[in-house]
Amino acid sequence: MTTVHAPADRAAEVVAAVPDPELPMVTIADLGILRGVEVSGTGRVTVTITPTYSGCPAMDTIRTDIRRALTAAGWPDVEVRTQLAPAWTTDWMTQEAKHKLAEAGIAPPEPHQDGGPVPVRLSMRCPNCGSPDTSEISRFGATSCKSLWRCRSCAEPFEHFKAL
Amino acid sequence: MNASGGRTDRFEYLLRLGDDALVAAQRLAEWVSRAPELEEDMALANIALDQLGQARLLLSYAGEVEGAGRSEDDLAHLRTDREYRNCLLVELPNGAPGEDTLDFGVTIAKLLGFSAYQHGLYQRLVASTDQRLAEIAGKAVKETAYHLDHAALWTCRLGDGTAESHRRMQAAVEQVWPYTHELFQADDLTARLAVAGSGVDPASLRDGWLSTVEKVLAEATLTRPEDGWAPDGGRFGSHTEALSYLLGEMQSLHRAHPGVSW
Repeated sequence: MTTVHAPADRAAEVVAAVPDPELPMVTIADLGILRGVEVSGTGRVTVTITPTYSGCPAMDTIRTDIRRALTAAGWPDVEVRTQLAPAWTTDWMTQEAKHKLAEAGIAPPEPHQDGGPVPVRLSMRCPNCGSPDTSEISRFGATSCKSLWRCRSCAEPFEHFKAL
Repeated sequence: MNASGGRTDRFEYLLRLGDDALVAAQRLAEWVSRAPELEEDMALANIALDQLGQARLLLSYAGEVEGAGRSEDDLAHLRTDREYRNCLLVELPNGAPGEDTLDFGVTIAKLLGFSAYQHGLYQRLVASTDQRLAEIAGKAVKETAYHLDHAALWTCRLGDGTAESHRRMQAAVEQVWPYTHELFQADDLTARLAVAGSGVDPASLRDGWLSTVEKVLAEATLTRPEDGWAPDGGRFGSHTEALSYLLGEMQSLHRAHPGVSW
Protein backbone atom coordinates (compact mmCIF):
# COMPACT_ATOMS: atom_id res chain seq x y z
CA MET A 1 0.00 0.00 0.00
CA THR A 2 1.27 3.44 -0.86
CA THR A 3 0.81 6.21 1.67
CA VAL A 4 -0.35 9.42 0.08
CA HIS A 5 1.29 12.55 1.42
CA ALA A 6 0.38 16.13 0.84
CA PRO A 7 2.64 17.84 -1.74
CA ALA A 8 6.22 18.25 -0.49
CA ASP A 9 6.43 22.00 -1.04
CA ARG A 10 3.40 22.44 1.23
CA ALA A 11 5.43 21.14 4.19
CA ALA A 12 7.79 24.10 3.97
CA GLU A 13 4.84 26.50 3.86
CA VAL A 14 3.22 24.89 6.90
CA VAL A 15 6.42 25.16 8.95
CA ALA A 16 7.12 28.71 7.76
CA ALA A 17 3.69 29.82 9.00
CA VAL A 18 4.28 28.66 12.60
CA PRO A 19 4.12 31.76 14.83
CA ASP A 20 6.79 32.55 17.40
CA PRO A 21 5.30 31.70 20.83
CA GLU A 22 6.55 34.89 22.48
CA LEU A 23 6.07 37.21 19.51
CA PRO A 24 2.97 35.72 17.88
CA MET A 25 2.68 38.58 15.39
CA VAL A 26 5.68 37.14 13.50
CA THR A 27 6.41 33.65 12.19
CA ILE A 28 9.56 31.59 12.81
CA ALA A 29 10.43 32.11 9.13
CA ASP A 30 10.03 35.91 9.52
CA LEU A 31 12.43 35.85 12.47
CA GLY A 32 15.06 33.80 10.66
CA ILE A 33 14.88 30.99 13.23
CA LEU A 34 13.81 28.48 10.55
CA ARG A 35 16.91 27.28 8.68
CA GLY A 36 15.55 24.49 6.51
CA VAL A 37 12.75 22.03 5.72
CA GLU A 38 13.42 18.75 3.91
CA VAL A 39 10.94 16.07 2.95
CA SER A 40 12.31 12.58 2.28
CA GLY A 41 10.86 10.06 -0.17
CA THR A 42 9.12 8.31 2.70
CA GLY A 43 7.40 11.52 3.80
CA ARG A 44 9.67 12.15 6.76
CA VAL A 45 10.03 15.89 7.36
CA THR A 46 13.30 17.20 8.78
CA VAL A 47 13.10 20.74 10.08
CA THR A 48 16.21 22.69 11.11
CA ILE A 49 15.89 25.60 13.51
CA THR A 50 18.40 27.80 15.33
CA PRO A 51 17.99 29.47 18.75
CA THR A 52 18.00 33.25 19.11
CA TYR A 53 19.78 33.08 22.50
CA SER A 54 21.45 29.98 24.07
CA GLY A 55 18.91 29.94 26.87
CA CYS A 56 15.84 30.87 24.83
CA PRO A 57 13.01 29.14 26.74
CA ALA A 58 10.75 29.23 23.67
CA MET A 59 12.74 26.55 21.80
CA ASP A 60 10.85 23.60 23.28
CA THR A 61 7.52 25.24 22.48
CA ILE A 62 8.66 26.01 18.92
CA ARG A 63 9.65 22.35 18.41
CA THR A 64 6.25 21.21 19.67
CA ASP A 65 4.40 23.77 17.54
CA ILE A 66 6.25 22.64 14.39
CA ARG A 67 5.40 19.00 15.13
CA ARG A 68 1.77 19.86 15.78
CA ALA A 69 1.39 21.95 12.62
CA LEU A 70 2.97 19.30 10.39
CA THR A 71 0.98 16.46 11.94
CA ALA A 72 -2.26 18.39 11.43
CA ALA A 73 -1.30 19.00 7.78
CA GLY A 74 -0.58 15.34 7.07
CA TRP A 75 3.08 14.82 7.96
CA PRO A 76 3.18 12.85 11.22
CA ASP A 77 6.82 11.77 10.80
CA VAL A 78 8.77 14.84 11.92
CA GLU A 79 12.31 15.42 13.13
CA VAL A 80 13.28 18.86 14.44
CA ARG A 81 17.01 19.53 14.53
CA THR A 82 18.75 22.39 16.30
CA GLN A 83 21.66 24.04 14.55
CA LEU A 84 23.96 26.52 16.32
CA ALA A 85 26.20 27.72 13.49
CA PRO A 86 26.10 30.12 11.87
CA ALA A 87 24.84 31.90 14.98
CA TRP A 88 21.50 33.64 14.60
CA THR A 89 21.54 37.37 14.03
CA THR A 90 18.74 39.92 13.94
CA ASP A 91 19.96 40.73 10.40
CA TRP A 92 18.15 37.55 9.29
CA MET A 93 14.84 39.05 10.28
CA THR A 94 12.78 39.95 7.20
CA GLN A 95 11.62 43.51 6.48
CA GLU A 96 8.10 42.12 6.83
CA ALA A 97 8.93 40.93 10.36
CA LYS A 98 10.37 44.31 11.34
CA HIS A 99 7.25 45.99 10.00
CA LYS A 100 4.99 43.62 11.98
CA LEU A 101 7.00 44.18 15.18
CA ALA A 102 6.71 47.95 14.81
CA GLU A 103 2.97 47.64 14.23
CA ALA A 104 2.71 45.66 17.47
CA GLY A 105 4.54 48.43 19.36
CA ILE A 106 8.00 46.80 19.45
CA ALA A 107 10.80 48.87 17.95
CA PRO A 108 12.61 46.59 15.45
CA PRO A 109 16.38 45.90 15.62
CA GLU A 110 18.88 48.11 13.84
CA PRO A 111 21.42 46.49 11.47
CA HIS A 112 24.20 44.79 13.41
CA GLN A 113 27.88 45.53 12.77
CA ASP A 114 29.56 42.16 12.92
CA GLY A 115 32.36 41.85 15.46
CA GLY A 116 31.67 45.27 16.92
CA PRO A 117 30.79 45.97 20.52
CA VAL A 118 27.22 46.09 21.75
CA PRO A 119 25.44 48.34 19.26
CA VAL A 120 24.07 51.50 20.79
CA ARG A 121 22.05 53.90 18.70
CA LEU A 122 21.78 57.51 19.72
CA SER A 123 18.05 57.74 19.23
CA MET A 124 15.28 55.15 19.14
CA ARG A 125 12.02 56.10 17.49
CA CYS A 126 8.88 55.42 19.46
CA PRO A 127 6.89 52.75 17.55
CA ASN A 128 3.65 54.31 18.81
CA CYS A 129 3.99 57.99 17.88
CA GLY A 130 7.24 58.09 15.87
CA SER A 131 8.96 60.54 18.18
CA PRO A 132 12.76 60.27 18.50
CA ASP A 133 12.54 61.73 22.02
CA THR A 134 12.88 58.41 23.89
CA SER A 135 15.06 57.00 26.65
CA GLU A 136 16.22 53.52 27.64
CA ILE A 137 14.87 52.22 30.95
CA SER A 138 16.59 48.84 30.96
CA ARG A 139 18.85 47.03 28.52
CA PHE A 140 17.01 43.78 29.31
CA GLY A 141 13.24 43.64 28.83
CA ALA A 142 10.76 40.83 29.42
CA THR A 143 13.02 38.53 27.40
CA SER A 144 16.76 38.53 26.70
CA CYS A 145 16.15 39.65 23.12
CA LYS A 146 14.42 42.90 24.08
CA SER A 147 15.27 46.10 25.94
CA LEU A 148 12.81 48.44 27.63
CA TRP A 149 12.26 52.07 26.58
CA ARG A 150 9.91 54.95 27.22
CA CYS A 151 8.74 57.75 24.96
CA ARG A 152 8.93 61.26 26.35
CA SER A 153 6.48 62.60 23.75
CA CYS A 154 3.54 60.20 24.14
CA ALA A 155 4.63 58.91 27.57
CA GLU A 156 4.14 55.27 26.49
CA PRO A 157 6.65 52.59 27.45
CA PHE A 158 7.73 50.28 24.62
CA GLU A 159 10.08 47.39 23.91
CA HIS A 160 12.96 47.29 21.47
CA PHE A 161 14.21 44.11 19.80
CA LYS A 162 17.97 44.36 20.38
CA ALA A 163 20.44 43.87 17.53
CA LEU A 164 22.40 40.64 18.00
CA MET B 1 42.96 10.65 20.40
CA ASN B 2 40.92 13.19 18.53
CA ALA B 3 42.65 15.96 16.51
CA SER B 4 41.36 18.52 19.01
CA GLY B 5 42.67 16.69 22.08
CA GLY B 6 42.16 13.50 24.08
CA ARG B 7 38.67 12.56 25.21
CA THR B 8 39.38 12.85 28.94
CA ASP B 9 40.99 16.27 28.49
CA ARG B 10 38.13 17.59 26.40
CA PHE B 11 35.54 16.29 28.87
CA GLU B 12 37.36 17.94 31.77
CA TYR B 13 37.71 21.23 29.89
CA LEU B 14 34.02 21.28 28.95
CA LEU B 15 33.13 20.66 32.59
CA ARG B 16 35.14 23.71 33.62
CA LEU B 17 33.37 25.90 31.05
CA GLY B 18 29.94 24.42 31.71
CA ASP B 19 30.23 24.49 35.50
CA ASP B 20 31.33 28.14 35.42
CA ALA B 21 28.19 29.03 33.48
CA LEU B 22 25.88 26.82 35.54
CA VAL B 23 27.03 28.00 38.97
CA ALA B 24 27.06 31.64 37.82
CA ALA B 25 23.47 31.26 36.59
CA GLN B 26 22.28 29.59 39.80
CA ARG B 27 23.92 32.27 41.96
CA LEU B 28 22.58 35.16 39.90
CA ALA B 29 19.06 33.71 39.95
CA GLU B 30 18.96 34.34 43.71
CA TRP B 31 18.13 37.93 42.80
CA VAL B 32 14.82 37.03 41.19
CA SER B 33 12.09 38.96 43.05
CA ARG B 34 14.75 40.69 45.21
CA ALA B 35 16.49 43.15 42.88
CA PRO B 36 16.54 46.89 43.73
CA GLU B 37 13.99 47.59 40.98
CA LEU B 38 11.74 45.56 38.67
CA GLU B 39 13.77 46.31 35.54
CA GLU B 40 16.93 45.06 37.24
CA ASP B 41 15.13 41.94 38.40
CA MET B 42 14.39 41.12 34.77
CA ALA B 43 17.87 42.03 33.61
CA LEU B 44 19.62 39.75 36.11
CA ALA B 45 17.16 36.94 35.41
CA ASN B 46 17.79 37.24 31.68
CA ILE B 47 21.56 37.22 32.14
CA ALA B 48 21.22 34.12 34.35
CA LEU B 49 19.07 32.52 31.66
CA ASP B 50 21.73 33.15 29.01
CA GLN B 51 24.33 31.56 31.29
CA LEU B 52 22.06 28.60 31.95
CA GLY B 53 21.57 28.16 28.20
CA GLN B 54 25.34 28.13 27.71
CA ALA B 55 25.71 25.64 30.56
CA ARG B 56 23.15 23.31 28.98
CA LEU B 57 24.94 23.35 25.61
CA LEU B 58 28.35 22.81 27.23
CA LEU B 59 27.30 20.08 29.66
CA SER B 60 25.24 18.21 27.05
CA TYR B 61 28.31 18.20 24.85
CA ALA B 62 30.55 17.18 27.78
CA GLY B 63 28.29 14.18 28.35
CA GLU B 64 28.59 13.17 24.69
CA VAL B 65 32.37 13.54 24.72
CA GLU B 66 32.65 11.44 27.88
CA GLY B 67 30.62 8.71 26.19
CA ALA B 68 29.32 7.20 29.43
CA GLY B 69 25.69 8.09 28.76
CA ARG B 70 25.50 11.03 31.18
CA SER B 71 23.05 13.77 30.20
CA GLU B 72 23.23 17.49 31.06
CA ASP B 73 20.86 16.78 33.98
CA ASP B 74 23.00 13.89 35.24
CA LEU B 75 26.06 16.14 35.22
CA ALA B 76 24.27 19.04 36.90
CA HIS B 77 22.34 17.13 39.53
CA LEU B 78 24.27 13.94 40.25
CA ARG B 79 27.73 15.32 40.98
CA THR B 80 28.92 16.45 44.40
CA ASP B 81 30.80 19.68 45.13
CA ARG B 82 34.18 17.89 44.86
CA GLU B 83 33.30 16.88 41.30
CA TYR B 84 32.46 20.43 40.22
CA ARG B 85 35.14 22.23 38.18
CA ASN B 86 33.96 25.86 38.30
CA CYS B 87 36.15 28.75 39.42
CA LEU B 88 35.61 30.06 42.95
CA LEU B 89 34.49 33.49 41.71
CA VAL B 90 31.10 32.29 40.47
CA GLU B 91 30.23 30.36 43.63
CA LEU B 92 30.94 33.27 46.01
CA PRO B 93 27.81 34.51 47.77
CA ASN B 94 26.09 37.63 46.47
CA GLY B 95 26.86 39.56 49.64
CA ALA B 96 29.42 39.92 52.37
CA PRO B 97 31.52 36.79 53.02
CA GLY B 98 29.89 34.36 55.43
CA GLU B 99 26.60 36.24 55.54
CA ASP B 100 23.33 35.25 53.96
CA THR B 101 22.71 38.68 52.47
CA LEU B 102 22.39 40.09 48.99
CA ASP B 103 24.67 42.99 48.09
CA PHE B 104 24.03 44.46 44.66
CA GLY B 105 27.53 46.00 44.41
CA VAL B 106 29.21 42.64 45.09
CA THR B 107 27.01 40.97 42.48
CA ILE B 108 27.90 43.62 39.89
CA ALA B 109 31.62 43.37 40.72
CA LYS B 110 31.43 39.59 40.25
CA LEU B 111 29.53 39.98 36.98
CA LEU B 112 32.03 42.53 35.67
CA GLY B 113 35.00 40.26 36.35
CA PHE B 114 33.30 37.11 35.10
CA SER B 115 31.60 38.49 31.97
CA ALA B 116 34.81 40.25 30.88
CA TYR B 117 36.61 36.90 31.25
CA GLN B 118 33.91 34.88 29.50
CA HIS B 119 33.68 37.38 26.66
CA GLY B 120 37.43 37.27 26.02
CA LEU B 121 37.45 33.47 26.28
CA TYR B 122 34.51 32.91 23.91
CA GLN B 123 36.01 35.35 21.41
CA ARG B 124 39.02 33.02 21.20
CA LEU B 125 37.05 29.76 21.33
CA VAL B 126 35.16 30.78 18.19
CA ALA B 127 38.34 29.64 16.40
CA SER B 128 38.62 26.35 18.35
CA THR B 129 39.54 23.23 16.35
CA ASP B 130 36.68 21.58 18.24
CA GLN B 131 33.90 22.59 15.87
CA ARG B 132 31.02 22.05 18.27
CA LEU B 133 32.73 24.12 20.97
CA ALA B 134 33.41 26.84 18.39
CA GLU B 135 29.69 26.89 17.51
CA ILE B 136 28.66 27.19 21.17
CA ALA B 137 31.18 30.01 21.65
CA GLY B 138 29.84 31.74 18.53
CA LYS B 139 26.44 32.09 20.20
CA ALA B 140 27.71 32.79 23.70
CA VAL B 141 30.09 35.56 22.69
CA LYS B 142 27.20 37.74 21.51
CA GLU B 143 25.34 37.23 24.79
CA THR B 144 28.33 37.94 27.03
CA ALA B 145 28.86 41.25 25.21
CA TYR B 146 25.53 42.38 26.66
CA HIS B 147 26.38 41.00 30.13
CA LEU B 148 29.67 42.88 30.19
CA ASP B 149 27.97 46.02 28.98
CA HIS B 150 25.36 45.77 31.74
CA ALA B 151 27.95 45.19 34.48
CA ALA B 152 30.09 48.08 33.18
CA LEU B 153 27.12 50.48 33.15
CA TRP B 154 26.25 49.65 36.76
CA THR B 155 29.87 49.79 37.92
CA CYS B 156 30.05 53.34 36.55
CA ARG B 157 26.70 54.40 38.01
CA LEU B 158 27.60 53.11 41.46
CA GLY B 159 31.30 54.01 41.45
CA ASP B 160 30.71 57.49 40.07
CA GLY B 161 27.48 57.95 42.03
CA THR B 162 27.10 59.13 45.62
CA ALA B 163 29.81 58.95 48.27
CA GLU B 164 28.05 55.94 49.78
CA SER B 165 27.60 54.06 46.50
CA HIS B 166 31.26 54.79 45.66
CA ARG B 167 32.43 53.45 49.01
CA ARG B 168 30.39 50.28 48.68
CA MET B 169 31.34 49.63 45.04
CA GLN B 170 35.03 50.07 45.90
CA ALA B 171 34.63 47.61 48.78
CA ALA B 172 32.87 45.16 46.46
CA VAL B 173 35.68 45.30 43.88
CA GLU B 174 38.26 44.77 46.65
CA GLN B 175 36.30 41.76 47.94
CA VAL B 176 36.04 40.11 44.54
CA TRP B 177 39.47 40.94 43.08
CA PRO B 178 41.54 38.11 44.69
CA TYR B 179 39.21 35.53 43.12
CA THR B 180 39.78 36.80 39.58
CA HIS B 181 43.35 35.43 39.46
CA GLU B 182 42.14 31.85 39.29
CA LEU B 183 40.42 32.58 35.95
CA PHE B 184 43.81 32.97 34.28
CA GLN B 185 45.60 30.03 35.87
CA ALA B 186 47.11 27.66 33.32
CA ASP B 187 47.80 24.01 34.06
CA ASP B 188 48.81 20.84 32.19
CA LEU B 189 45.31 20.35 30.85
CA THR B 190 44.95 23.82 29.34
CA ALA B 191 48.51 23.57 27.97
CA ARG B 192 47.67 20.33 26.12
CA LEU B 193 44.40 21.70 24.75
CA ALA B 194 46.01 24.99 23.70
CA VAL B 195 48.54 22.98 21.67
CA ALA B 196 45.71 20.93 20.14
CA GLY B 197 43.97 24.20 19.26
CA SER B 198 40.69 23.27 20.91
CA GLY B 199 41.24 25.14 24.17
CA VAL B 200 42.69 28.49 25.19
CA ASP B 201 45.66 29.15 27.48
CA PRO B 202 43.91 31.07 30.30
CA ALA B 203 47.04 33.10 31.09
CA SER B 204 46.91 34.61 27.60
CA LEU B 205 43.52 36.13 28.39
CA ARG B 206 44.60 38.28 31.34
CA ASP B 207 46.06 41.26 29.44
CA GLY B 208 42.85 41.77 27.46
CA TRP B 209 40.77 41.29 30.61
CA LEU B 210 42.84 43.81 32.55
CA SER B 211 42.57 46.46 29.88
CA THR B 212 38.77 46.02 29.75
CA VAL B 213 38.27 46.01 33.51
CA GLU B 214 40.78 48.76 34.30
CA LYS B 215 39.07 51.03 31.77
CA VAL B 216 35.68 50.47 33.44
CA LEU B 217 37.12 51.01 36.93
CA ALA B 218 38.80 54.24 35.84
CA GLU B 219 35.58 55.55 34.32
CA ALA B 220 33.78 54.61 37.54
CA THR B 221 36.37 56.61 39.55
CA LEU B 222 37.29 53.39 41.37
CA THR B 223 40.77 52.29 42.36
CA ARG B 224 42.04 49.07 40.83
CA PRO B 225 42.94 46.79 43.75
CA GLU B 226 46.49 45.55 44.28
CA ASP B 227 47.26 42.01 43.18
CA GLY B 228 48.04 39.80 46.14
CA TRP B 229 46.22 36.87 47.68
CA ALA B 230 45.03 34.55 44.91
CA PRO B 231 42.80 31.73 46.19
CA ASP B 232 42.30 28.79 43.82
CA GLY B 233 41.40 25.11 43.67
CA GLY B 234 38.02 25.23 41.95
CA ARG B 235 39.34 23.60 38.78
CA PHE B 236 40.35 20.57 40.87
CA GLY B 237 37.23 20.34 43.01
CA SER B 238 38.55 22.22 46.03
CA HIS B 239 35.78 24.73 46.65
CA THR B 240 34.57 27.19 49.26
CA GLU B 241 31.81 26.13 51.61
CA ALA B 242 29.41 28.35 49.62
CA LEU B 243 29.27 25.88 46.71
CA SER B 244 27.96 23.07 48.91
CA TYR B 245 24.95 25.13 49.97
CA LEU B 246 24.35 26.31 46.41
CA LEU B 247 24.34 22.75 45.07
CA GLY B 248 22.27 21.55 48.03
CA GLU B 249 19.52 23.90 46.95
CA MET B 250 19.92 23.41 43.20
CA GLN B 251 19.90 19.61 43.42
CA SER B 252 17.10 19.27 45.99
CA LEU B 253 14.33 18.87 43.40
CA HIS B 254 16.19 16.13 41.57
CA ARG B 255 16.93 14.42 44.88
CA ALA B 256 13.27 14.49 45.92
CA HIS B 257 12.09 13.33 42.49
CA PRO B 258 14.88 11.25 40.93
CA GLY B 259 14.97 11.45 37.14
CA VAL B 260 12.44 14.27 37.00
CA SER B 261 12.51 16.40 33.85
CA TRP B 262 10.44 19.25 32.43
